[in-house]
Amino acid sequence: MGDSGLPATARAVLIGAGIVGNSLVQPLARLGWSDLVLIDKGPLPNPGGSTGHASNFIYPVDHSREMTELTLDSMAQYEQLGVRTECGGLEVARTEERMEELRRRMSSAASWGVEPVSLVTPAEVKELVPYIDESVIVGGFYCPTVSVVDSLRAGTLMREAAQESGALTVSANTEVLGIDVEHGRVTRVRTTRGDIEAEVVVICCGVWSPRLARMAGASIPLTPAVHQMIDIGPVPRFAGAKSAIEHPIVRDMDTNMYERQDGSGLEVGSYAHRPILHDPEDIPSIEESALSPTELPFTEDDFVQQMEHALELMPEIVGDESVGIKYAINGLLSLTPDGLPVLGETPEVKGLWSAAAVWVKEGPGVGRALAEWMVEGEPEIDLQASDVARFHEHQKSVAHVRARASEMFNKTYGIVHPGEQWASSRDVRLSPFNERERELGAVFYEAAGWERPHWYESNRPLLEEFEVTERETEWDSRWWSPIINAEHLAMRDRAAIFDLTAFCVFDVVGPGALESVQRVSMRQMDAKVGKVVYTPVLTARGGFRSDLTIMRLGDERFRVVTGGAHGMADLKWFADHLVEDGTAQIFDLTSTWCTLGLWGPRARDILASTTSDDLSHEGFPFATCRTIEMGPLRVLASRISYVGDLGWELYVPIEQGARLWDMVWEAGEPHGIVPAGIGVYGTTGRLEKCYRAFGFELDGEYDVVEAGMAWGKVKDQDFVGKEAHVRHREADPATVMCTLTVDDHVSSSGQRRYMLGGEPIQTRDGAPLTDAKGRRSFVTSAGAGPSVGKHLLMSYLPPEYANVGEELAVLYMNELFPVTVAVAGSTPLFDPDNQRVKATGAVAA
Amino acid sequence: MRILVCVKRVPLTGGKMVLTADEQALETRHLGFTISPHEECGVEEAVRLVEHHGGEITVLTLGPPEAEEQIRETLAIGADRGILLADGGEEWDPQATAAAIVTTIETEQAAGGEFDLIVFGNESADSGNYQVGIRVAHALSRPVVTGLKGLSVEDGRARCEQEVAGGRDVYVVPLPAVVTVLEGINLPRYPSVPAKLRARQKPVERISPERPSARLEKLRLVVPPGQGKQAEILGQGPDAAPAVVEVMRELGVA
Repeated sequence: MGDSGLPATARAVLIGAGIVGNSLVQPLARLGWSDLVLIDKGPLPNPGGSTGHASNFIYPVDHSREMTELTLDSMAQYEQLGVRTECGGLEVARTEERMEELRRRMSSAASWGVEPVSLVTPAEVKELVPYIDESVIVGGFYCPTVSVVDSLRAGTLMREAAQESGALTVSANTEVLGIDVEHGRVTRVRTTRGDIEAEVVVICCGVWSPRLARMAGASIPLTPAVHQMIDIGPVPRFAGAKSAIEHPIVRDMDTNMYERQDGSGLEVGSYAHRPILHDPEDIPSIEESALSPTELPFTEDDFVQQMEHALELMPEIVGDESVGIKYAINGLLSLTPDGLPVLGETPEVKGLWSAAAVWVKEGPGVGRALAEWMVEGEPEIDLQASDVARFHEHQKSVAHVRARASEMFNKTYGIVHPGEQWASSRDVRLSPFNERERELGAVFYEAAGWERPHWYESNRPLLEEFEVTERETEWDSRWWSPIINAEHLAMRDRAAIFDLTAFCVFDVVGPGALESVQRVSMRQMDAKVGKVVYTPVLTARGGFRSDLTIMRLGDERFRVVTGGAHGMADLKWFADHLVEDGTAQIFDLTSTWCTLGLWGPRARDILASTTSDDLSHEGFPFATCRTIEMGPLRVLASRISYVGDLGWELYVPIEQGARLWDMVWEAGEPHGIVPAGIGVYGTTGRLEKCYRAFGFELDGEYDVVEAGMAWGKVKDQDFVGKEAHVRHREADPATVMCTLTVDDHVSSSGQRRYMLGGEPIQTRDGAPLTDAKGRRSFVTSAGAGPSVGKHLLMSYLPPEYANVGEELAVLYMNELFPVTVAVAGSTPLFDPDNQRVKATGAVAA
Repeated sequence: MRILVCVKRVPLTGGKMVLTADEQALETRHLGFTISPHEECGVEEAVRLVEHHGGEITVLTLGPPEAEEQIRETLAIGADRGILLADGGEEWDPQATAAAIVTTIETEQAAGGEFDLIVFGNESADSGNYQVGIRVAHALSRPVVTGLKGLSVEDGRARCEQEVAGGRDVYVVPLPAVVTVLEGINLPRYPSVPAKLRARQKPVERISPERPSARLEKLRLVVPPGQGKQAEILGQGPDAAPAVVEVMRELGVA
């Protein structure tokens, strides 16, 4: 230990003593890391970050499962620390549209097991919050477990417990001067009180995190953003208040505001003002700050309408001339480009971890989960959606972060449709087919920056041909078109081409390539050159890390093709598991190759007319790939299918993409080829075939047996998750992936409704289904099955309900709709024998 | 009563002062703005007088266009109207400031009658020249009492109290008069939300006076040593209690 009191070495240095850093130290110590150092440039217990001015209330219900799980765990931890006060909370609606959103909230609460919750009338709201003017609202959503916590006290208790156990040294008023990296690995933190050698460094300093990450050459994409709040008082009604909170908190959702009692005062906060973003490099120092670096001067002009709205809702208090505005700040908090935290080891620097963009409501849960991830390699709560490795290069740019954070800010209390698209930072990644697609009236959705056609307006005439109908309600048909179903039927009838350029493509090459891909792949990778293998990628506990296809292009070359959304995380996972002797390398070729998909019963005929290569079933069997010649193009063709029809993925270098499109298009025209969007590829085609998707059916909290994908024998070679996987095979699954059909779509108001995903599956009486591991059944994916004439829902069901013909219900907009189990397991609903995919027939003359 | 209160927009500092690179001004990028604390009390005092005697309060400031924000603050406390003398982005010395205020007062008085009382802060929180109130009183040939810690009005006269060692000096002056007040004369109220909203509707007149040539030249600013927050850790937990008690004794609160 040096003169400064700082140890010279540590297992881990944590930078930032806000709620996140404090939440990390105890679980890390508990899991066995005994020499931790927590530093902060500010004083303790409040070093001046966002935790210090947080409103500290927790609403457990969120549409995101990951965030709800983290929040529930956090609430339990705050409770254990004795710093949680349950006050109840309301979300009030001023409009019918919002009431519908609150009904949807009821579904999410049931899906994630947050109970009790209820919808309440204005009169019932008034009973709970007597100072509200109930004439302004049309109803509300009440959650009695909404709580207020003392996050500073919680942080102190957790920190002190770790100190007492001897595992932690704390150093306040210690500023980081640099983070040293050698050979891609973090080695040292340099501070104003001396240097600390460390294997692991965790950046958990909120709004300052991007600045610290940059010191190490890494990126934590977030922006400091202003959240305005005022505190008014003293409120005569609260004069006798015995504690900080005795009345339910009110979220005035339609005005993007909240009001909460705070002792004798009322705090009014807002997410309604214009987005006010700051530069992480330009936050005032502690010395320069009038209050604290994250409590900036209030800009009243941005808060005028909010005062009017608060006055409307709570005239008794807000309209009282004796109640003054005592405190008003522009508080800084962290916003990310997709609204999720930034967690995990940075892809740029080994040993450098991010624990940023975490709010008080999920702080302790994140602390625990991240500690598990750091020490054990995998958290119990799946954090993959928040993985810092998820960002593509352009998503780390300041312009992108600011654009998306601005767009996100006013949606904090917004009604965000499950299919909602971003309006900002678009047209960043364009496939070579883009020009053709625009000509065909493509409606573009974004994935990982790529503009992907979701459907094509040029296909509108197909609606009549295939007698496809519209959906009745605006919500169910928002971000959707019946053209998707028509494109699907045209594909099943003839053929369709798809732009799949958003795939992430990376090659693993070298003498150690085989061993490297074996390690992360559940399936056998020692296949013949020219084989295409679809494989789950598992976590150590046997949950899903990903699922993807790997082509063996040579003895020492494997091409991995995976989804754009999580492709960067997959790239890190594969890179992390390369053989240690340096005989394998990994190259990201995403921007080298474009991909055109061609599927449908005519696919072989179409492709055959462009090439003299053998495309017969025998000459080009399913799950194989090889280079074919199409005119001047040498095309890597891979015969697989995610839509359940005969066809190929065709890969060419990006600059040859337009030519490829034209050749296939021209060859397809006599066969009635149509362009089809991701609406077919990702939803309708997939659901009919009961194909699972990563991030929907497949994630770290479900295993291969539960997903119904444990076919074939376990390979002899070792792979991540093997032990767990073998164990899972030996036991009966706790839940079974099923496909259900909606029996009756008509709601009580006589409208046909279509579920969109996330809704709870219940008994016909409305009782929730919970498996032996405590997981609720909910819809993982929902969508049309045009060829089977049903609306399809996928859901894990406890084994006792996982029987074909089982009659159950789905809770949609707080109403039960009858559903029936159509498939238990992975047998496709459409074409169960896979005749179409196999399509052994000869090429037509 | 017809009362005029003069206020100045100043940076709301609380931590270390940082100067701009040319040392001509405070770096205010991260700072909010307010009115000088003495003037805040001046507004409050005027509001109390009007609450008691009836009347109207006009608030006047010389400053940048953004100083309207400070006028609105006073309107939320209870002033009725504001006048913003736009300074054209340049600093005005005390003579020029006083001259511009006098001109405005004369125009105002010609149109709406005499101000019974003109209230200043004892000195501004930023430049602290201690001059403007006295210069204005002199120019208008009115009595002036400075550094007030107490003020009341009765029978056309103002009773003005100054705090001096061991007691108070009391002056009684006939109205119209000029006073400059000190922080502590009262505890200013917080504005309510309805008052804030009303303040946005109240009239604020903008005038652009000619800036006379400066007679006071600023060379540069220097931050005196010892600025900034200074915290001394007295101890941890219960062991710190005796030291805390000692500090309280020194402050005279225990």
